[in-house]
Amino acid sequence: MDLTMLAAVVLPSSANRLISLAPADLLIIIVYFLMVLGIGVYLKSYANTSNDFFMAGREMTAWVAGLSFLSANLGALELMGWAASTYQYGILAAHFYWIAAFPSMVFLALVMMPFYYISKTHSVPGYLRLRYSEATRGLSGISFACMTVMMSGINMYAMAIVMKVVLGWNIHFSIWVSSITVAVYVTLGGLFSAIFNEVLQFFLIWLGVLVVPILGMIEAGGWSGLVSKIHERVHSDEYVHLWKDLGSFSGNPMGVHWTGVVFGLGGAIACGYWTTDFLVVQRAMSAKDLRSAQLAPIIASYFKMLVPLIVILPGLLGLAVLPFRLVPEGMAGPGMHTYNEVLPLMLARYCGPGLLGLGVTALIAGFMSGMAGNVSAFATVWTYDIYQPYIRKKESDAHYVKVGRWCTILGVLLSIGTAYFVTQFKSIMDYMQALVSFFIAPLFGTVITGMMWRRATPKGGFWGLLAGTGSSIAMFTLVKMRPSYLAFFALSPEAKDMAENLYRALWSLLICVLVTVVVSLLTTPKPAAELTGLVYGRTAIPSEKQYPIYQRPVFWACGVAILFALLQWMFW
Amino acid sequence: MSRHSHMLPVWFFIGILLTFYGVVILITAIVDFSKPTTVVLANYHPGIWGGLILLSVGAFYTIWFWPGLRKRR
Repeated sequence: MDLTMLAAVVLPSSANRLISLAPADLLIIIVYFLMVLGIGVYLKSYANTSNDFFMAGREMTAWVAGLSFLSANLGALELMGWAASTYQYGILAAHFYWIAAFPSMVFLALVMMPFYYISKTHSVPGYLRLRYSEATRGLSGISFACMTVMMSGINMYAMAIVMKVVLGWNIHFSIWVSSITVAVYVTLGGLFSAIFNEVLQFFLIWLGVLVVPILGMIEAGGWSGLVSKIHERVHSDEYVHLWKDLGSFSGNPMGVHWTGVVFGLGGAIACGYWTTDFLVVQRAMSAKDLRSAQLAPIIASYFKMLVPLIVILPGLLGLAVLPFRLVPEGMAGPGMHTYNEVLPLMLARYCGPGLLGLGVTALIAGFMSGMAGNVSAFATVWTYDIYQPYIRKKESDAHYVKVGRWCTILGVLLSIGTAYFVTQFKSIMDYMQALVSFFIAPLFGTVITGMMWRRATPKGGFWGLLAGTGSSIAMFTLVKMRPSYLAFFALSPEAKDMAENLYRALWSLLICVLVTVVVSLLTTPKPAAELTGLVYGRTAIPSEKQYPIYQRPVFWACGVAILFALLQWMFW
Repeated sequence: MSRHSHMLPVWFFIGILLTFYGVVILITAIVDFSKPTTVVLANYHPGIWGGLILLSVGAFYTIWFWPGLRKRR
């Protein structure tokens, strides 16, 4: 049976699609699936202890940990979503790659990673147990486990929708094939498999999508040609400036003010995500030593700075060169395309047979990697932070590895359930984005206060986290019930949804820190001896003097700071 | 020595996959070289260039991280 016939059998709904695949494209996709499964089978014999299965043996080099750290966040949902946002809002979307990455990733590397690594904890909730109490760990562990499974399901559902729209694939076919593949390779190889496939995905995404900015810039006539074409289309230069129009809420397409971008996005949301979301932190913690664990986020930050080349630039190019206008989701009539389709449309515009298969494989790899990252983090947190302390305390190492493998399968099944649940309630995807902001920004407040302030007490940590999360949910609910409250929380009646997200995260972080401080001052702190290796002033950070300057994390952090400043100046 | 020191590095798998993709894309582009197409800027032959780049990157990683050669280095 040749590949075209195979496609006709397994892909029944291929009549309405954006892209038609040639046999060479299908061959590339099939070989990708075989490769990831093969990697899982190969790595099974190396993932026999809990340290191997959950922490990849803590033997990853800085490069592998760094690329995996970045790739865990570089899913196809992210690529297509931000390309779509760029088409809608212009280059302002690049703030989510620049100010939302550099300061927080460097902060994780230089300030927070030593505490995570030296404490030898297996997870972020595990750190909270050591620093605060069992209750804080329980609260954080359960909310994180729920969040990862739900995010994984949404990722899966989004992939199925994209495959249906772009390739005409059946939704159930996409969900089950990708889920079974992820379940097999993560169950076999644990975090080793997840990390290997994330690094593989990094290469596929770059090599698969890079053709779009290269040929797009040739077609548009370079940057100046691109700017003038966009100006002809939208009669405004707001779409090509990063900071110039952020002096007021009404002066830019996103409806945000620079204070929201700097403090809400660069401070609360980015720091919360990059420093306390265990999905990404787990990758850096798998490094072979502290210096590698610190270098991992810094290496990732360089590549994160470059990601706009394959995400933001295709969005801008779509605005400039596509011969038709894209429309928002829900407004597309027959023959029309939505913002979310801009990246596949640009791939189809420039890629012939073979290259198109590589581009589609890059998107599939991104989706599966995102799912694998969530599932492997779920298995770790469930086993170490819920099962081991609350269900079966003193079992053998082999028992916990077995539980981890079953948890992976359970995580995938729960994700499939969530994916089908989301098909019933489509608006829940918006709520899920909000769910991330409920838990992540306050968690950063709890962790950073605990790391930097010896006086923070177990009760302070618990009530601070609860108050931060509770206030975030309350603000979200109030705005949903009475939209006029948006003007109060986002500081302006002209603020839009994006501004609300940024300010809500900022307020919940501040409330968390405030409550932690007040409750801590009224309650008894932990004895100083119990804080060794967990808190600033009670932790011996290993010296880096034996390394030449160019091998020290701080040297490379200065480099990324210069790159960041240069990019802001170029696109001001 | 760690028991993981015998594990093939991720770079080797990347090399194998990219080499294969390079060959497939290059052959496809050569076969379709003079066929009419609806793709924009097809006169730049991105399939040829893309295939060559993938093949070069893939071959580099495959050879550099080939198990026997790596141990000798």
